[in-house]
Amino acid sequence: MKLKTSVLLLIIGVILGLGILIFRPATSLAEETEVLHAINRLSFGPKPGEIEQVKTMGIEAYIQAQLTPESIPEPPQITQKLNQWEALQLTPVELFNNYGPPKKQNGEKPSQEELKAYRQKMNKIRVQAVDGHLLRAIASPRQLQEVMVDFWFNHFNVFVLKAPQTQLWTGNYEETIRKHSLGKFRDLLGATASHPAMLFYLDNWRNTAPDSPGARGPFQGLNENYARELMELHTLGVDGGYTQEDVIALARILTGWGISASGDKGDGKSGFFFDEKRHDFGDKVFLGTTIKGTGAAEVEQALDILATHPNTARFISYKLAQYFVADQPPATLVDSLTKTFQDTDGDIRTVMETLVTSQEFSDPQYYRQKFKTPYQYVISLVRSADLQDVNLSAINGILGQMGMPVYGCITPDGYKNTQEAWLNPDGMLRRLSLATTVANGKLDKSEPLDPVQLSKTLGNNFSEKTKKVIETTPPNLRADLILGSPEMMYR
Amino acid sequence: MKRRKLLQYAALATGASLIPIGVNGWAFRSVAQTKNPKRLIVIFLRGGVDGLNVVVPHQEADYYESRPTIALPKPGEKGGVIDLNGQFGLNPALKDIIPLWKQGNLAFIHACGSTDSTRSHFDAQDYMETGTPGVKDTPDGWMNRLLAVLPQGEITQAVNLGDTPPRILAGERPVTHLATGKKGTSPLSLDNPRVNEAFASLYAGNDALSLAYQEGEKARQILLADLTSEMKDANKGAPLPDNFAADARRLAQLMKGDARTQLGFMALGGWDSHVNENDLLNRSLTPLGEGLAALVQELGPLYSQTAIIVFSEFGRTVRENGNKGTDHGHGNVIWVLGGSVRGGQVYGTWPGLAESELYEGRDLAITTDWRDAIAPLLTQHLQVTPDNLAHVFPGYTPQTPPNFLA
Repeated sequence: MKLKTSVLLLIIGVILGLGILIFRPATSLAEETEVLHAINRLSFGPKPGEIEQVKTMGIEAYIQAQLTPESIPEPPQITQKLNQWEALQLTPVELFNNYGPPKKQNGEKPSQEELKAYRQKMNKIRVQAVDGHLLRAIASPRQLQEVMVDFWFNHFNVFVLKAPQTQLWTGNYEETIRKHSLGKFRDLLGATASHPAMLFYLDNWRNTAPDSPGARGPFQGLNENYARELMELHTLGVDGGYTQEDVIALARILTGWGISASGDKGDGKSGFFFDEKRHDFGDKVFLGTTIKGTGAAEVEQALDILATHPNTARFISYKLAQYFVADQPPATLVDSLTKTFQDTDGDIRTVMETLVTSQEFSDPQYYRQKFKTPYQYVISLVRSADLQDVNLSAINGILGQMGMPVYGCITPDGYKNTQEAWLNPDGMLRRLSLATTVANGKLDKSEPLDPVQLSKTLGNNFSEKTKKVIETTPPNLRADLILGSPEMMYR
Repeated sequence: MKRRKLLQYAALATGASLIPIGVNGWAFRSVAQTKNPKRLIVIFLRGGVDGLNVVVPHQEADYYESRPTIALPKPGEKGGVIDLNGQFGLNPALKDIIPLWKQGNLAFIHACGSTDSTRSHFDAQDYMETGTPGVKDTPDGWMNRLLAVLPQGEITQAVNLGDTPPRILAGERPVTHLATGKKGTSPLSLDNPRVNEAFASLYAGNDALSLAYQEGEKARQILLADLTSEMKDANKGAPLPDNFAADARRLAQLMKGDARTQLGFMALGGWDSHVNENDLLNRSLTPLGEGLAALVQELGPLYSQTAIIVFSEFGRTVRENGNKGTDHGHGNVIWVLGGSVRGGQVYGTWPGLAESELYEGRDLAITTDWRDAIAPLLTQHLQVTPDNLAHVFPGYTPQTPPNFLA
C-alpha cells in the first residue's frame, strides 16, 4: 500500500514537475465539487491551477500525499527563507542566550540603549516566527501539515507576548508542534509539556513543592495553572471527569518540571530542566491511580494516563471533527474517530485518514458549511490571488484588525473555529474591504486581478445568485465580488 | 434601496451630522427616548480578578495570614489600601474612582458571584454570559435577551466594544460591534460607494452573511457620524489613543449621540494572576480606574441615567500560591456605579476568611448570587417586568437583592 502510494506520487511529481497536464479526464460537476471540497478542507484554499492538478492526480492520491507531508518536497524558495531565520533555526537555549534580556555587567544595570537594542532584536525574532508561520501557510505544498499546525497550535495555545521568553521561543515551539502534527498524540503532548514556551506561558516553571529544599525566591509553592489546563484543554476536556483533588495531585506531580533558559542545567539545548530539589516526592492519587513519588517519571506516567484516557480520545476526536467537518459535528463521526484514536494509540495520521475517508466528510450536506476564521479567510485570499511578494507583517497586521493575529490569543483555549465565534457585522465589513484591497492589487502593489482567472482558480463554483450579481456588475468590480462572495467565506 | 444608500453617503460627504437612516429609525428613536432613557454598561473582567486584593478586608487577621507576601498593607501604611468604611479598603491602583465613592455613587457587593462551583475560566465565563450557571446548552447571552425585552431602538441600541463578539450579546436581536481602538473607525475600502453598492446587491438576502453585512453597514454609518464628529470636537482632530479609557469614551459618545446606545458591553482581559499578582493588578487596575473615571466624565449629565457594573467570572484562592499569586477560586466582589446607586457602601453579607467559612476550604464563600446583584439594575433601573426578568435569567429565583439603588 505504502509502496504503491509512493510510486504513484513519484509519477505525479514527475508529471507536475514537467508542468504537463497530459490528460484531462471528463469530470462531472459533482466530482469537481468534491475536489474543491477536499482542497478547501485539507488546505487553506486553492491556488491557481490546483483544482486541475488534483483532478488529474485524483482525490485519493491528493489525500494520501497530504497525509504524508514528508513525501512532498518543500520548494527551495521557502526553505531558503526559513533557513535564514534564527527564530526557527536556533535552540531555545541559543535564542535565550543570544537574544534574551541583557544581564548586569560588573554589577551595573544595562543602559537604556542596551535595553532598546535588546528589545529590537527580540522583536526581530518574534517577527521571524510569525513570518515563517504565514509563509508556510500561504506557500507550502504541505498544506494539510500547515492546517494541522493551525489546529494543534490553538489546541496547545501559547500567547507570544506573555513575556520575553515566549517571544523568543514561540517559533521553536511551533516547529515542535509541526514535527508531531500528524504523529502520535502522546509524543505531541509530551513535546508541548516539556517545551519552555508552554512551561513559561502556563507558569509551571515556578511550580514548587512548598517544603522542598529548592523552595525559595520565585519558587515558593504549588501553582495549579498548567495542571488544570493540561486536563481541561489539552486532554480530558472540562467534563472529562476530574476533580479539584486531581488538579492538585497533578500540580504536585508537576512540581520541579521547569526551565533552564540559559542551558546551564538540563541538556543545554531544549531549555527544559527537571529540578528535583523542588519536586514533591510524596505519593499521589491521580485519577484513581496511585503514583509513587519517583521524580520526573511521575510526569511521564501522568501524561500516559491522560493520553490513553478514553475521554481524551473523545475530546480530541470531537475537536478534529468540528474543525474539519461541521461546527456541530455528526456523532457517528466523533464515535469512529474516537475508536481509531483508541485502536491506534492516538496515531493522529490514522485518525485523520479515518476522518477524510469517512462518509460524513464526503457528505454534500457538509460542503461549504465551515465559516472560515479570519486567518483561514485571509490566507485563502492570498493563495487564490497568487500574491508573490506580499508583506507578511502586513498580513499579520490585517489579522490583528480582524481580532486574530498569529500567536495572539491571550487565553489558553486558543482561537475558536466556529461560525458563531467569527461571523459578526464588523468582521463582515472588514472581510469585504480586504477582498476589495486584494482584488485591486493594493496589498502587494500589483495589477488588479483578472476576474476570469480568479473564478477559474476557484473552480467557477458559485451559486446562481452570486453569478448573476457578478455578471451584472461592472468588470472592474467583479474580482472584488468574487473574493468577497459567500462562496469564499466558507470552506 | 440604492438611492437611499447614495443619500447616506452624500450626507456623510457633506459632513452633515444627522444621517437619514429611514423613517422607521427616527420613529424608533423617539419612542425609545421617551419610554426609557436609562443606560446600562457591563464591564467584564476576563480571567478571574482577585476581588480580595481589589476591595480588601483590611481588618481581618486571616487575610494577612493567608497572604504573607501579597496582602495589601492597611490604610495609612506604605502602599496601603485606601480605606472605604473602616472594614474594607480599595486597592490604591484604583485611586481614580475614589471621588465616585466619596460622591456616593460607587458601591461594592462583596462575597458575590456564581453559585456554580466550576474553576474553569471558560465554563465560568460562559455561565456568566448566558446567565444560566451549570447549563451548557443555552444558545444566547443574557444581554441579548435583555435587549429583546426593552422597547426597540436603533441597530446601535446594544454595542459591544471589542474585537470579537462576546457570548453575552449572542442571540436573536441584532447588536453592533465596534472594534477597539483606532481601527474601529479607520476608513475601509468598503466605504467607497461603488464598491459598497456592488456588495449591497450581493448581500441583499436574509441569510446569515447578508444580515451581518446589512447590520454592519447600517451601524457603521451611525457610528462614524457619532464618533468622527465627536472626536473632532473633543480632540481637535488628534486621534484618540488606543487604550481602555479611549474606548470607554467612545462608548459614552455613542450613548450620548445619535446611536442612542442603551446597552454597552466591554471586556478587559489579563486578570489571571497566578504569578506576581500585585504587579499585574497595578498594571491592570490603573487603566481600569482611569477608564471608569473617563467614562463617567464623558457621559456627563447622562451619567445620572446610567448604571455601570463590573464583574469577573470567579474570585481567587484566599491563600496565596507559591509564586506571589493566587489560583482559581470562587467568591468575588462586584462593582456598581451610577447616578442612582446608593454608593459609599459595601453591600452583601461578609462571611469572613476564617478557614471554617471558606468555600471548599480554600475560597471566599458566596453569600450573594451575582444575578441578585444584577436584577435590581434590570427591574428598578431599566424597568424590566418580573416576567421579563424570568426571560433574561431563566431558572433563577430572585432573592432579596442588596438594596443599592435609590
